[in-house]
Amino acid sequence: MTQPLPPVIVGAGPAGVRAAQTLVAHGLRPVLVDEAPRPGGQIYRQPPIGFSRPRSSLYGFEAARAASVHHAAERIIEQIDYRPDTLVWNAADGRLDLLHDGRTESLPYVQLIVATGATDRVLPFPGWTLPGVYALGGAQVALKFQGCSIGERVVFAGTGPLLYLVAYQYAKAGATVVAVLDTAPAAAKLAALPALARNLPVLAKGIYYSAWLRLHGVPVHEGITLECAGGTGRVESVRWRQGGDVHEAACDAVGFGYALRPETQLADLLGCRFGYDELQRAAVPQRDAAGRTSVAGVYVAGDGAGIMGADAAEWAGERAALALVADAGGAVDAARGRRLEARLARTAAFRRGLERAFPFPADWAAQASDDLVVCRCEEVTAGQLRHCVQDSGAAEMNRLKALTRVGMGRCQGRMCGAAAAEILAHACGRPAGEVGRLRGQMPIKPLPFAAVATARGEA
Amino acid sequence: MKDRVSTDVTVIGGGIVGASAALFLRRMGIAVVLVERDLCGSRSSGVNYGGVRRQGRPLAQLPLSQRAHSIWAQLPELVGSDGEYLRTGHLKLARSEADMAALERYRETTRGFDMGLELVSARALRERCPWLGSAAVGGSLCPDDGQANPRLVSPAFALAARRLGADVREGTRVDDVAHDGSAFVVRSGTALEVRSRHLLNCAGAWAGPIAAGFGEPVPMEAGHPQMAVTEPLPHFMDLSLGVEGGGVYARQVARGNCVFGGGRGYALDELRARTGSAALSHLMEQALDLLPILRRASVIRTWSGTEGYLPDRLPVIGPSSTTPGLLHAFGFAGGGFQLGPAVGAVLADLVQTGATATPIGAFSIARFSRGSGTIPVAPAHFATAATQETP
Repeated sequence: MTQPLPPVIVGAGPAGVRAAQTLVAHGLRPVLVDEAPRPGGQIYRQPPIGFSRPRSSLYGFEAARAASVHHAAERIIEQIDYRPDTLVWNAADGRLDLLHDGRTESLPYVQLIVATGATDRVLPFPGWTLPGVYALGGAQVALKFQGCSIGERVVFAGTGPLLYLVAYQYAKAGATVVAVLDTAPAAAKLAALPALARNLPVLAKGIYYSAWLRLHGVPVHEGITLECAGGTGRVESVRWRQGGDVHEAACDAVGFGYALRPETQLADLLGCRFGYDELQRAAVPQRDAAGRTSVAGVYVAGDGAGIMGADAAEWAGERAALALVADAGGAVDAARGRRLEARLARTAAFRRGLERAFPFPADWAAQASDDLVVCRCEEVTAGQLRHCVQDSGAAEMNRLKALTRVGMGRCQGRMCGAAAAEILAHACGRPAGEVGRLRGQMPIKPLPFAAVATARGEA
Repeated sequence: MKDRVSTDVTVIGGGIVGASAALFLRRMGIAVVLVERDLCGSRSSGVNYGGVRRQGRPLAQLPLSQRAHSIWAQLPELVGSDGEYLRTGHLKLARSEADMAALERYRETTRGFDMGLELVSARALRERCPWLGSAAVGGSLCPDDGQANPRLVSPAFALAARRLGADVREGTRVDDVAHDGSAFVVRSGTALEVRSRHLLNCAGAWAGPIAAGFGEPVPMEAGHPQMAVTEPLPHFMDLSLGVEGGGVYARQVARGNCVFGGGRGYALDELRARTGSAALSHLMEQALDLLPILRRASVIRTWSGTEGYLPDRLPVIGPSSTTPGLLHAFGFAGGGFQLGPAVGAVLADLVQTGATATPIGAFSIARFSRGSGTIPVAPAHFATAATQETP
């Protein structure tokens, strides 16, 4: 009799680690595949071994949760098949294609939990391609992983809870935070308070970061419009508008982002059905309350299934693992499953509050100038996208991609897709949910020829 | 029925064949409705390799291919854009003396077609193309063959046809095709009914059922050429490359990316196809042998498409053998991109005058009818070359 295949989890962030822990608790030995060298995901990313900054300075208020996730991973590491530094670059027909240490290999699966997390939602502004301009998440990773600051005098801009958290983390780490520029007006946050009060601890943290920054003399400007980053050779200043006035501040680095977007390429290659989520302003894999997708045996959990935050990711990871065990005929604590689902539902309500507090800048597409580079891989401007819509009648993302190259580069639209969809929707007069989404194409991330040469013994 | 339309010609399929037929018909002043299930030029016509070559085609295709060659030269005037079409030359490599002999024979037999083929010795090859791998022992260069961007060219034909007054209906699936005794009737659900005196079946890999509906089934199979592209690399190659016997083909676009293809992908469903990882690895090995310079590059994207293949690897082009007014043009076996505009021109000739000066006898659908004896198949050698090497 052949041994049944172990369940596979992709991503060792809070969702993936809790999923693995739950599977281990049910007597399974899952394979945990992760791009990073150590468990934790982006939010609880661990520094390389040998770096000695304490968790309290790396993760602030989240130190306890980070420790909990890290310790959970450490405790089960011997009971799972852990594959760090491993990229999943394709999925088809019950096999994942992996790249590890410069070599490709194939991993068969029957049950799969996709916990691929999120990246920054990037809405370009003039000057965003200058050296020294980083995504917020990228700025945070530099600090958490390498203990590096992106600069000495840093401006943080955009909107979302991460904006304040990263600014706080940088200030605590000793960088000068020149300004926090939030496109969301203060009034939006006030209006969202009742919904946010559903999660008082998180609300309190948010208020704390913002208050701490102000208390320490960091100028926080709300309701701004980001004008541009300027500089010769690298970023030297940022200009913004507030009310009728234009302001400018000198800096040597910028971190910016507009909340997060889910990493859905793998779910797409797996054939999961997607639906447009108005709240996320993105197409996400459809799932039931437990994380089951439209494909039997494939589950999604965490921010990769729609941005819900790190705490929710832990619950969703555990919930998906319980569903996986139950679907395979195993005994699970059904009450526990229901409790997790209830928590996730409450988080969804909180999440709607966050969206009101830090609304997507709906006028971004209308204000983007024609010469703004939207797709930096292929150097496609907003004007090129608009002219294409005008000349060809393009009203769908893949057609826009075919005609303009937007999203065709190394990142396959992971960075520019959201912004391009906004420009397209605005240009053709459709809601953002009706212009489609870029089709996933393997490899999800670039696949070096060297991997093939290595396999042939020609390294 | 929400929308009833009468026209001279209904074209089913907005690939490069159907769209160029619509364009040439409009230039003759003939009324056209083009019905496309998806978006014009979004299937094989828009996702092929982008080779625009005559070299390597079977003799029967060369008159048509030559006509296409002259149409390609006028692309900007015809469709309002150059579609990144460049006559960069097409170099077909030989990896053995037998391959070289085959290239020599090909040059001899095609002398009448003015392709200007130049045989290149191993030494000349090293001098001209120092970036080539060591497997090539020589090659055959067709200096005026070239390459273009199919994503731009194929939709441009449909746009140009529309600008000249063709009624182009995208996102319109044909559910029912018939001749009611007085006209062809093409229906899309309850949304559209088009009546016309002529019907052009340009539905690519999906054309078989339409032909069968008029009593002329064809043994067509779907195939899925696979392709991949690297990130932009410093410019090193201007030629489009192929290999005698097939297996791999490659070109470098103006932006620097290397586009290469070979082997087969697989069908996800009736409409979609994808590249498999094992086939991709094999293709990458082949590409490395051809272009060792790729050793430091990465593949950033792969794709496939759905294309119709008949057993003899020749297309069906021309009048129906059962139904006057019906014209077929499909089954290009991965080689339709270069031919497409000429096929459109031929179809327009046939509609306008009932005849065309371009020889197309070899492509008659009658070769598959029951009375014609055995089903024609391609010679073993050619079958490989034609299926593996998408031009």
